[in-house]
Amino acid sequence: MSHSALDSGPAAAGSTAAVDPEPGKPRAASTPPVRKRRRSFLPYGLILPAAILELLIHIGPMLLGIWIAFISLTQLNLTNWLNAPFVGLQNFINGLNPDSTIGQAFFSTVGRTLGYTILVVGFSWMLGMAGAVFLSSNFKGRALLRTFFLVPYALPAYVGTIAWAFMFNQRDGAVNQILVDTLHLFGDERPFWLLGGNSFGAMVIVNVWQLWPFAFLMLMAALQNVPTDVYEAAAIDGATLWQQFRRITLPMVRPANGVLLMVMSLWTFNQFNVPFVLFGATSPKEATLISPLIYQNSFGSWNFGLGGAMSVLLLIALFIASVFYIRMVLPKGADND
Amino acid sequence: MIETRNFRILRNVVLTILSLWVAVPLFVVVSTSLKPLKDVSGLFQWIPREITASPYLDIWSTVPLAKYFQNSLIITVCATACSVTVAVLAAYAIARLQFKGKRAFSLTVLSTQMFPGILFLLPLYLIFTQIRNMTGLQLQGSYLGLIITYMTFTLPFAIWMLSGYFASIPKELEEASMIDGTGRMGALFRVILPVAKPGIIAVAVYSFISAWGEVLFASVLTNEATKTLSLGLKAYASESDVFWNQLMAASVVVSLPVLIGFILVQKHLVAGLSSGAVK
Repeated sequence: MSHSALDSGPAAAGSTAAVDPEPGKPRAASTPPVRKRRRSFLPYGLILPAAILELLIHIGPMLLGIWIAFISLTQLNLTNWLNAPFVGLQNFINGLNPDSTIGQAFFSTVGRTLGYTILVVGFSWMLGMAGAVFLSSNFKGRALLRTFFLVPYALPAYVGTIAWAFMFNQRDGAVNQILVDTLHLFGDERPFWLLGGNSFGAMVIVNVWQLWPFAFLMLMAALQNVPTDVYEAAAIDGATLWQQFRRITLPMVRPANGVLLMVMSLWTFNQFNVPFVLFGATSPKEATLISPLIYQNSFGSWNFGLGGAMSVLLLIALFIASVFYIRMVLPKGADND
Repeated sequence: MIETRNFRILRNVVLTILSLWVAVPLFVVVSTSLKPLKDVSGLFQWIPREITASPYLDIWSTVPLAKYFQNSLIITVCATACSVTVAVLAAYAIARLQFKGKRAFSLTVLSTQMFPGILFLLPLYLIFTQIRNMTGLQLQGSYLGLIITYMTFTLPFAIWMLSGYFASIPKELEEASMIDGTGRMGALFRVILPVAKPGIIAVAVYSFISAWGEVLFASVLTNEATKTLSLGLKAYASESDVFWNQLMAASVVVSLPVLIGFILVQKHLVAGLSSGAVK
């Protein structure tokens, strides 16, 4: 965390003293007052375009999103939404009542999405760690293998999913060719992987395939800081490979781990791309995640109020998560303006 | 770790498994893209019985792929260019200057980076509708509308990554330049930007990759004339039969620009991701 964007603050302020005119440089002698006056406006000038855009594409839409949860927005008044009637908490009461089918679907989707996140992030982390540990040692072809491992992450997200959709195809796919026709695992039955209960597992596999290179990349960077003589000393003392991993490697990547797991969890929890390409606009009910559920409610059944109410809950949950995330990313000392 | 014999054996086993795990789907894509349609349906064949380049020729006429390519290119390039330009200025302010409200601004950028597109999609849709009602400007289904929505995810990321880059550049460089009388902006454009060029390119490539693969906004905010590749590829599967071989050939073709870009800037991207985004 040594050179974060924000902790350069106090040092940057101190450095302005160093800019003061040096003796023997008469040209610079007259500049400080001018620069001082300019400096007070310059930062705002620089962030102005970004701030305006943030306001227009993030803050504004987010506030409007909260408003949508409290009005009755239907397909009929969609183009005239400013006049949609205010209905208070009705959308929350209708949609999130745990006794109604819609409410049950919502809460089971939240639970499913959490389980999905744990599985995907867990497997991605383990694969990434395995790749990082073994690619940190020197051998021929290491650089090539590293680039190759990153390919699933660099591909357009939908291309990887399309490849897996074909492999999971019940009749023509490679998965059933191996499991059914070569290994004869299911007798004569050819299971469907993208329908029913199997679809959840299939989606986990696709997502891990796309996400693990990111864990690999970050853990690789973290492991580069581990000095090799620590391992040498441990090996001389008779530490096994597993002990070296437990006692040296794991503690060394711990600082990077917190943020890595947080980022991957948020991406996975918000996942839309994989189910949308794998299943289309409507996921099987066993594999519906929270983002696709909000999408289906808003643009499938045109129930915008319900989608809005769910969005608000998601917003609150993510807001709480983001507080933890920011605490991890921003060092405590950088709290000054 | 120390390279004992056991370590080497374990390394070979693990790296072979990981390589297969990455390679199999890629192999399926490439081999299927070289098969005639009759060999694609029915039992999957790992080794093509017959190799043909015709799927690569047919993809352009089965669906208007060139048009989708053009749409994706226009939208992605514009969103990337706008994000990076705006982000360079803001990131420099965050990394180097002191001002009131800096923390609030940084926190906003950081937290909006984590909110999913689904939270912005419907509100943006309504705002676009209102703009059309009031001014007649049609943003739904237009390039401009998509470019704006794509910036919701490319901009915060670019600001955050670039401020990490700028902070890691030694301050002495621009101090020397300012002593020579260039001023802050002169230092930024003449000293910092050339030094940070690899980082800026890496951020641009990363923005390009994420915008190129976007599906959610495109699924609601495009029409037949502005459809992007991410949705256009679905057209190979719209008939009763799926043209898997052409779909795979098209997948290869649309992946090439981002794959080449990724491999070219890989080194800087890795450095930037590990110093800027995740730390």
